[in-house]
Amino acid sequence: MFTPIHHHIKRDKHLKTTGMPKRTHRGETAVIGVGETTYYKRGQSPDSEFKLTLIAILAACKDAGIDPKEIDGFSSYSNDRNDPTRLAAALGTHELRFSNMQWGGGGGGASGAIANAAAAIMAGLSDVVVVFRSLAQGQFQRFGQGAKINKISGSMAHTLPYGLMSPAQMFAMRCTRFMNDYGVKQETFRNIAMAAYHHAQNNPRAVMHGKPLTEEKYDESRWIVEPFHLYDCCQENDGAAALIMVSSEKAKQFEAPVYLLSAASGSEHRAGAPVHNNPTYATSSFTSVAPRLYDMAGITAKDVDVIQSYENFTGGVVMSLVEHGFCEPEEANEVLTLENLLAPNGKLPLNTSGGNLAECYMHGLGLNIEAVRQLQGRSPNQVENVNISMVTSGPMVSPVSSCIFGSEDTL
Amino acid sequence: MSHYLPAGLPAPMASPDGLDAPFWEGAMADRLIIQKCNDCHLWLWGPEWICHSCLSFDIGWQETSPKGVIYSWERIWHPVHPAFKKEDLPYIVVLVELPEADNVRLVGNLLGDPNQTVKIGSKVNAVFEKHNTDENPYALIQWAID
Repeated sequence: MFTPIHHHIKRDKHLKTTGMPKRTHRGETAVIGVGETTYYKRGQSPDSEFKLTLIAILAACKDAGIDPKEIDGFSSYSNDRNDPTRLAAALGTHELRFSNMQWGGGGGGASGAIANAAAAIMAGLSDVVVVFRSLAQGQFQRFGQGAKINKISGSMAHTLPYGLMSPAQMFAMRCTRFMNDYGVKQETFRNIAMAAYHHAQNNPRAVMHGKPLTEEKYDESRWIVEPFHLYDCCQENDGAAALIMVSSEKAKQFEAPVYLLSAASGSEHRAGAPVHNNPTYATSSFTSVAPRLYDMAGITAKDVDVIQSYENFTGGVVMSLVEHGFCEPEEANEVLTLENLLAPNGKLPLNTSGGNLAECYMHGLGLNIEAVRQLQGRSPNQVENVNISMVTSGPMVSPVSSCIFGSEDTL
Repeated sequence: MSHYLPAGLPAPMASPDGLDAPFWEGAMADRLIIQKCNDCHLWLWGPEWICHSCLSFDIGWQETSPKGVIYSWERIWHPVHPAFKKEDLPYIVVLVELPEADNVRLVGNLLGDPNQTVKIGSKVNAVFEKHNTDENPYALIQWAID
């Protein structure tokens, strides 16, 4: 009988027990530069989405100190509209060698695109890969709006006619079940929002810079969909972000390389089961990805110095942190206090640029950039002595992804 | 018959490839008809061409009890579609498990007061909400507290 899941588990066990080397890309590739455009509120960008992409890529190249024409690989996710063929032509790329799109999962593809870039570099498919995401929600369809169509068929026919139409509405029921099962409080969601807004006040790049959040302001803000207040929901923005990746060998030529210790994507058994029938409903879909991530990196949650955790909605962050081993779900209210989440002295500094809630919703790639900056000592909310800097991308979607960056000392 | 949500939302139609047509036909006949594997007898939902357990393509359709349990819920306050006017808000979406069909889940609305207290685990009964004046008449499967 064909049992695909057990087959994979067996093969993995076989590899470990027979003493074959563990397959990992730990320390094989590095980020040498990061860059972004000015971050705008939705509809405020004076530039087209394609131009924003070019601006971000050139900024990342300048940051790295590399000629943009040396880029020979492009890696993105969530059906980014800016095709590598056009980008390569526009940038005068000498030769396009790798053109890659991570399927599915929306923002759950951000760290996955980094994993794909690393795989391409290790496999010799490409030498200089730009990982990028551009999003001008003012120029195209907004994520937060329902489809204005008369008829719907397929799996969406079983949700849209009931008024379940937007990402907030798709994920609220997972968070409600999670809160119900483990006694997680609304105040814990509030702490996630408060930490992001707190950090954004020190970040001039942040769209919410100069717009602090208080507990009262959160509590009094309108419900979008219970259990999400307005401040539990990410922004909708215009902008672009990019990271340049090369082999660790090549990275030695550059000023401040940050090493990729691990990147993993995927999701739990039948996470994509239609019409909310995924068996592990009260999760952010990381329960299978997180162990693989740590195993490849050779570290545990205790080793992580600072974390950027994708906020589509605050509840997803709480679940992501639980599934990545920072606390048990029953401990979330005690561990995820505002004090613990703040840089520089908190036990678990979270979303230190302001994240998707308060810096910019660049579909999560801004979080990967901030993780790199923490290791380079140039975060707007710098944590001291950072050696391990982690990102979780896109909770509750499928596939999700995460990555871990390390300093040279961790190699 | 009154409708829980305002007119103007996308109307469901059977998938052009025929995958879920028996479900929608059943709803129009006041029957809850979902997929069941003819080989391993597992109830299956949402609609798919293959049994995810035994990988049989021999998927049948069978009537099941219109009794469910609230697995999760949400109260929606912010409209994301122009069909919703102020007086249509809030409204409640529920995710309902079917204990008599291997706990597969359906999405629907919880009928009654939109400000009611909702509890996970509450028993609910299916209500077949007919949209007979639509150019392609259809029925939504809604839920009411038992």
